Parts: sequence; C-alpha cells; structure tokens
Amino acid sequence: MYTEQEIWKILATINDPEVPVLSILDLGIVRHVICKDDENVEVVITPTYVGCPAMDVIAMQIRMSLLQLGIKNIQITTVLSPAWTTNWMSETGKQKLKEYGIAPPRLQKAVHQQNNLFVEEESIPCPLCSSTNTHLISQFGSTACKALYQCKDCKEPFDYFKCH
Amino acid sequence: MTATNHLTNYIIHLGDNALILGHRNSEWCGHGPILEQDIAITNISLDLIGQARLFYQYAAELMNKSSSVTGLATEDSIAYLRDVMEYKNTLLVEQPNEDWACTVLRQFLFSTHQQLLYNGLLKSSDQQIAVISEKALKEVNYHVKWSAEWVIRLGDGTEESHQRMLQAIDSLWMYTAELFEPVPYELWATQNNIGANLPTLQNEWMKKVENIFSEATLPIPIQKGWQKGGKTGVHTEHLGYILTELQYMQRAYPNCIW
Repeated sequence: MYTEQEIWKILATINDPEVPVLSILDLGIVRHVICKDDENVEVVITPTYVGCPAMDVIAMQIRMSLLQLGIKNIQITTVLSPAWTTNWMSETGKQKLKEYGIAPPRLQKAVHQQNNLFVEEESIPCPLCSSTNTHLISQFGSTACKALYQCKDCKEPFDYFKCH
Repeated sequence: MTATNHLTNYIIHLGDNALILGHRNSEWCGHGPILEQDIAITNISLDLIGQARLFYQYAAELMNKSSSVTGLATEDSIAYLRDVMEYKNTLLVEQPNEDWACTVLRQFLFSTHQQLLYNGLLKSSDQQIAVISEKALKEVNYHVKWSAEWVIRLGDGTEESHQRMLQAIDSLWMYTAELFEPVPYELWATQNNIGANLPTLQNEWMKKVENIFSEATLPIPIQKGWQKGGKTGVHTEHLGYILTELQYMQRAYPNCIW
C-alpha cells in the first residue's frame, strides 16, 4: 500500500501544462491526499482561475500517474473553498518562475477595488535584469493568471504571475 | 414551484448571465482593437464561461437529485440543449457588441452589478453559491477595474470617443433596470437568505456608476421606459442568433465530443 507521502512525491512530478516549470505542488493546487486502502486514493484539488483550461488536463495527468502505480479507484475531488491564492505558491516555485522569465507573484495585499483605477501594482522587478523600472502593458496576459509588463531598462516585455 | 425548482432556476440564471456575456465577448477574439485588448477581452470571456460551468455543474447536480427531471442533466445539456425561452439571462448581456465603446460599457454596467451581487452572495445560506461567488469575485474585481478604466478613457477622450460612449449609453441604459428587479425565483432566493437583496444593490450600483460616469464626463441619462423580460425567458431577437452559433455542433451532431 502506498503512503500519502509517496503519493505526494508522485504528484510533485506533475507539471502545470501552461507553466511547465511549475509542479502542481509548487502552485498549491493539490490540497489533500487521502489513501483509503491499496486500491483507493482520493486527491483533492482546487482550481487557480475558474475558467482555467489547464484544470481538466491536470486532473487527467493525476489520474494517469496514479493508474501507473496500479491504483484502481482514483477519486479526484475539486473544492472551491478556501479560494486558491498565489500566496500558496512555494518559494521554490517562485524561484523557478523567475528563472523561466516570468515575474513571480508578490504577497497578496488588498483586493483590487474601484478606487485604484489606473494604478499599477508597484515596481514589479524584471525577471531578466532585475530592474524595478517596469510598467504594466495589460492587466490580462497570455493566460488567465498572468499580466503583461515591460521593463523600461532592458526593454524586454515579460509576463507577471499576478496576485490572486 | 417547488423549492428545488426555484433554486435551480436561480443558479441557472446566474450561469446564463455569465455564459451569454462570455460568448458575446468571445466574438471579439481576433478582432480586438489592439492585440493586448483582444487578449484582455478573451480572458474575461474565459473567466465568465468558467463561472457558468461552476453554476451549471451545481444546477445539474440538483436536477439529477430531483425526481421530476427525466434523463441525466450535465453542464453541457444545460448550455447546449435549452432553447431561447428557457434561458434566464438578463437582456443586457445578450445585446450586440457594436463598437468597442458599447462592449466596454456593457461590461462595466454588468461587472459592477456582478461585483456587488457576488459580494452579497458570500453570505448566502447555500454553501455552494457562496463558494462559487468567493472564487469568481477575485476575477470580477479585475473586470470592473478594466472596464471602468475604458469607460473613463473613452468618455473623457476625444470628441469621437465621447460621442461613441454617448451612443453606447443610449443603446444600453434601458436594459439596466432589469438587473435589479427581482423575478419570482430571485424573491424566493432572497426570502431564504440564498440570494442578495437586489433593490439595496441598486443604490450602491448607482453610486459607483455615477462616480465613474462623472470622471468620464458622461451624463446619467433620464430613462422614460425600461426593457426587461430575459430573466423569465422573454428575450430580444439577439439571443436566438447567439444560441444558433453556440449550440450548432450539439444540434447538428448530437452527443459529439472532441
């Protein structure tokens, strides 16, 4: 019988299909693993964004990995609460993102409300040259979880994994 | 009307608003004014369609528990196999995109309402409605910010953009009262502490809209008559065309998957 720790180790090898340097554990998507007996394992996951198309792929990858271990009944449960936040991203995850060229999320502060229109999140460091002289191009980027920035020093446009 | 019927109608109504606006916004895909804004509006579509899926999945679960429904309901059957009269979205969200001014104004009027509504639904006595609202609200906050900035940018922009915003207000304002006028399943939801109190939301909504309009140098119009009916299935001609496109594959090739 597999222990929960062994299952976690397997899950650590599954990467996010849209940000392939991050494992699903780095992202904080897997909330619980429950080993009921030899053949029954439940994995509880939570979506990042409600419309994230990667979630179906992730659930399928979890199922495939566990099937390979010979586990027959794999239950994948999706929970919505507490709602996922970028604060759950691991420190190694943030480091890997930066090396990949995506600025990691900062710690979540106040939720965006209407009173801060036209206000950008302050000085997101450029993942290439580390300059904080950067500006927001668009609040919405190549995937639901990213915003588009540009570095004013090295001129490189880059993705910022936005606070959520 | 049984309680289950009221509840599923209420949940489907929330999902329909999200799906239809998400579909409308998706029509901009590849046609946005600049690449970054094309990406922005399609990202908002994705968020809205994601909300619709969560509401439909929940509604399907309730419908399958209830004995009065024959056949298995799924999120897909709810989206693809209902006709116009069964859709419960407000008229505002089915209105055509027209130009960018009209699209961003529709988003602003709707998202401001949705932000207040979901905030209220955090306290819903229905646990699943509360958690879906909690999850979606994080994204709706971005939609409000993005669309309010556009309303100001265009309203307080050039003579042409100001004119376009005036036209947009003229075409859309008549659909805003419906957002706050409760129909039977909403009254039931409010009475059971499941839904939010719409007339209270309307006051807050008006204050927020007035603030942004005043910054955008746009007037709040004096409206003589209001259009409503979508929440009880009485739609403008536009919804039929939307469903024709949205449902084409399932209607032409029943049960097809890819």
